[in-house]
Formats: sequence, structure tokens, C-alpha cells
Amino acid sequence: MKQILEIKDVSRRFGGLQAVNKCRFSVRAGSITGLVGPNGAGKSTLFSLVSGFVRPDSGEVLFDGNHIEKLSAHEIARLGLRRTFQIPRELKQMTVLENLLLVPERQFGDQVRSVLLPGKRVHEEERINLQKAQGVLEMVGLGEKAQHPAALLSGGQKKLLELARCLMADPKLLLLDEPTAGVNPTLIRHLMSVLRRIHASGVTLLIIEHNMTVIMELCERVIVMDRGQVIAAGTPAEIQSNKEVLDAYLGGVSA
Amino acid sequence: MIDYLIAILIFAGIYGFVALGLNIQWGLTGLINLGQVAFFAVGAYTFALLSKAGVPFLLAVAVATTLSGVFGAAVAMFTPRLREDYLAIVTLGFSEFVRLVLLNEKWLAGGPDGVAGVPRPASFPGLGSETSFLIVTALALAFAFWFTRRIERYPIGRTLKAIREDEGVVTSVGKVALAYKTKAFLLGAALAGLGGAFFASYLSYISPDMFGPNVSIYVLAAVLIGAQGSSVATLLSTALVAALLEGTRLLKDYITFVDGVELAALRLMVLGLALIAIVMVRYRPGRP
Ligand SMILES: Nc1ncnc2c1ncn2[C@@H]1O[C@H](COP(=O)(O)OP(=O)(O)O)[C@@H](O)[C@H]1O
Ligand SMILES: [Mg+2]
Repeated sequence: MKQILEIKDVSRRFGGLQAVNKCRFSVRAGSITGLVGPNGAGKSTLFSLVSGFVRPDSGEVLFDGNHIEKLSAHEIARLGLRRTFQIPRELKQMTVLENLLLVPERQFGDQVRSVLLPGKRVHEEERINLQKAQGVLEMVGLGEKAQHPAALLSGGQKKLLELARCLMADPKLLLLDEPTAGVNPTLIRHLMSVLRRIHASGVTLLIIEHNMTVIMELCERVIVMDRGQVIAAGTPAEIQSNKEVLDAYLGGVSA
Repeated sequence: MIDYLIAILIFAGIYGFVALGLNIQWGLTGLINLGQVAFFAVGAYTFALLSKAGVPFLLAVAVATTLSGVFGAAVAMFTPRLREDYLAIVTLGFSEFVRLVLLNEKWLAGGPDGVAGVPRPASFPGLGSETSFLIVTALALAFAFWFTRRIERYPIGRTLKAIREDEGVVTSVGKVALAYKTKAFLLGAALAGLGGAFFASYLSYISPDMFGPNVSIYVLAAVLIGAQGSSVATLLSTALVAALLEGTRLLKDYITFVDGVELAALRLMVLGLALIAIVMVRYRPGRP
């Protein structure tokens, strides 16, 4: 079984707080893996450590068999590892469409010299990217919002925009930080089917999620974190009956 | 009177280059630059020295523009991560540094005496020197405007705006925000240098006291009054600022109860009040 992501004893301290403490687990290529745990367990911080936004104090991270713990965030993104943010970071002053058009790499129009040359090449490139962006927006259910300023989206729609921005890059591994938080129940149903389709197209998903229905229905494996450490891992059913997990997490939230 | 109008237009055009440059940096990319006058000065002095040495007008303009851009890139590289707080200090400090070097290093460009006898380009046949210069300035400004407008509308402008809003997002999509910021800063500095070349050529005499912090403040005001990001608005508001600053000189003939010094102070007061009014209208709390 090929592991697309291997996290080995990764630690990170913020002042006096050990946010992530010798965290260790792997994600199987082609899986949908859940990452759960009480608030403050260090899940989001772990995403930042893996995606290069925060540097680990120690430990190793392997993506597709290659060490990435020393790479910078843009390098990791270019390898095909993309993440969403728990609090959506939509570009408010841009339209939904422009938020996606930012994404394609190596755009000719992204170079200063393109400005001084005839516009044909840039327009052709934009046309192709536009088509792709429209397709991605349709897929996540934001097709009708393409021309809206991102600032006007609802909380749930902003979550979808974060997802769409990642999809625009054809990632290999997607780290989704609470994709259903703030999304209304009908939309969650839709989002789950979208995630299934993304998965079916060959993308591996690691999802931080509090909604147990989503975890149960989507994930083949669930990792449980508490106080910066992995305290359990297994199938959703195993996790639900695990005493330690119930104590740490489900006991409080009651799924 | 018509001569005076032409002079105002030329000054507005010259400040137009500088403001368009600042608009790429600050308006589009969010890079504050409190010392845009430094690059203006580099352009002016480079042009002055070169063209006095016999270098043809267009070549001297091109070298002045390029060298200002190089200085811009250097300042950008000396500013850690091009963070806003560092940038404010570094740019302000750099502009004073440039002015003091020009003032104290006599061997370089005449020290406090400045450089005199800077040539203008040849006049068009049948037109006066002033009118010819206005036409050349307008043509160059039209090119600069076309350039910055394309930057705004092209994918590169989208990336720069994204950096202004949230650099982390640009990083998360795999782009090197710092490289874009450096380029934006370089372009803005180069445009200021282009303006400087026209400034030196037009006045035929430049000295360090023309390159004080007030120049930076005028263009900051112009970009602030404009929509911060739009080249059109930037040019319009530059014209407005130029009219306010220069146009109030006209009042001298009509208002007899204030003398020259008081009028200079009055001019700044009018600009200040205009700024406050515009900021209050445009940046009301709750408006995006
Ligand atoms: N940049 C930071 N600086 C200081 N403390 C942080 C920072 N990021 C996260 N933390 C702290 O680390 C702990 C883990 O946070 P987080 O990873 O967001 O948890 P989770 O996503 O599991 O709810 C929390 O106590 C949080 O306050
Ligand atoms: Mg979190």
C-alpha cells in the first residue's frame, strides 16, 4: 500500500504551548482519510506544518516519498499538495472567477513582459483557464456566483470557493480544513457528493471534520488527535467505539 | 496665461509618471513607498548628467528609467520580505539618503549647486519649445498609461492585487509572492525615474532641494485620492493635485491680502483639507 503522505514525529511549539507533539501517521494514496479531535488538538497547525506555512521544530514529512519538511509553502503547493484554510481566505475584492483564475501556474500573462507583447497569447490562455474555472465552479455548485465579488458569498460558499481554488490546480493530495463548517445541511449533502467525485478522479483527501456523518460516510480511515498527538487510528466504526477517543472527543461533542 | 496652462499640464504629466509608478506599488500591490522621490531624483540626475555629456534624449531617458528601476529592485531586496512596516522606514530613509548624497557629494552632481543647462529634446518644426515639450511628455505619458493599464488588466495585475489582499493565498497557489512584489517595486521606481528625466529636461536646472519629502507626499496624496489601483483615477487625481498646488499660484493675482509665503502655506492647507474630505467620504467605516 503506497503512502502519499508520511508524517513522522512532527513537533511544533508556540511559546509555552506544544501545539503538535511528535505527531506520527500516514495517509494512503487514493484514500479519503479523516482527521478529528477536540478544538485546540493541533489539527490545523498540523496542516500548516505539512503545507509549509509553519516550520516544524523537528520531525519529517514525506510527500510521495520525498522529504518536504524543509521546502517553502509555494514549493510544496507546486508538488501538488494543496490545502484549504479553516477560516476561508477568499480574495474579497475579486470576483469568484478571478479567485480561481489566479491559480494556474506558469501563466504567460503572469510575466511582466507579456504586457509589452501583443495580447493574443494572453487572451487565448485566459480563455482556456476561464473554461476550466467555470467547470470547477459548476462542479462545486458556485457556477452562478462566478461574477459575484467573493466578499458577498455566505460562509458556506466561501468554504466551497476555497475548495474550488484547490481543484483548479489538479492536486494530488488535498488537505481540507473543516470543509463543511458553516455550510447548510442541504449543501453538505451536495458537498459530500462533490468530494466523492474528486476522490473518484484520483485525488487523495485528508479532511479535518467535526461532522461525524461526513466522517462516517466518506472516510475509510480516521486519525484522532488530542493535545498535539495521535491518540487513535482506525476505521470510523472502530474509532466510534474507542474508549480513549470517547473520553477525549466524542464524549464532549456526542456524535 | 496659456503658457502658464502649458506649464501646469507638463508638471501634471511629470507627476503623472511618478504617481502611476506609486500606483503599481501601493495601489495595486499594497507596497507602501514613502520615498518615491528618491527614484524620481535618480532619474532626474541620471538624465541630466547623461544628456549634458551629449547622450541623445531618448537614450538618456531610457538609461535614467532603467537605473531608477535598478535602485528600486535594490531597495526591495534590502527590505526583509518587503513587509509593510519595514518598507515604510526603508523607503523614507532611502529618499533622505539620496537627497543628502546629492547635497554633499559635490563631485557627483554639483552638490547644493545642482546641475544646470540640462537640454530639452529638439522642438517640432513650427512649434515652440514649450508646446513641443508638452507633446513629447504627453506621448510618453500615454505610453506609461497604456503600460500600467495593461498591467492592471492582465493576469499579472490579478496576482499583484491578490498579494495586496492576502499574500498567503498567493503562496498557497504555488506562486512566489516576494518575486512579484520585487517586480512591482522595480516597475514603480522605473516610472518615477522616467518622470524624473522629464522633470530635469523641462526645468533645465535641478538641485537637491527639489527632491524633498514633499514630492513623495504629493504623489501619495494623488494615489490616495485616486481609487488606489486604477491608472485612470490616478492620473485624474494627479491632475487635481497639480491644479491645486500650481493653480493656487494664480490666486496671487486676485487675492491681495496674503503675501507669497502665506499663500504657500495656504496651498498646503487646501491640499490637506481636500485630502481629509476625500478620505472621510471614501473610507467611511463599513464601506468595503
Ligand atoms: N500561530 C500560532 N501562535 C500561537 N499559538 C497558536 C498558533 N496557531 C495555533 N496555536 C495554538 O495551537 C493550538 C492548536 O491549534 P489548532 O491547530 O488550530 O487546533 P485545531 O485545529 O485542532 O482546533 C491551539 O491552542 C492554538 O491556540
Ligand atoms: Mg482547526
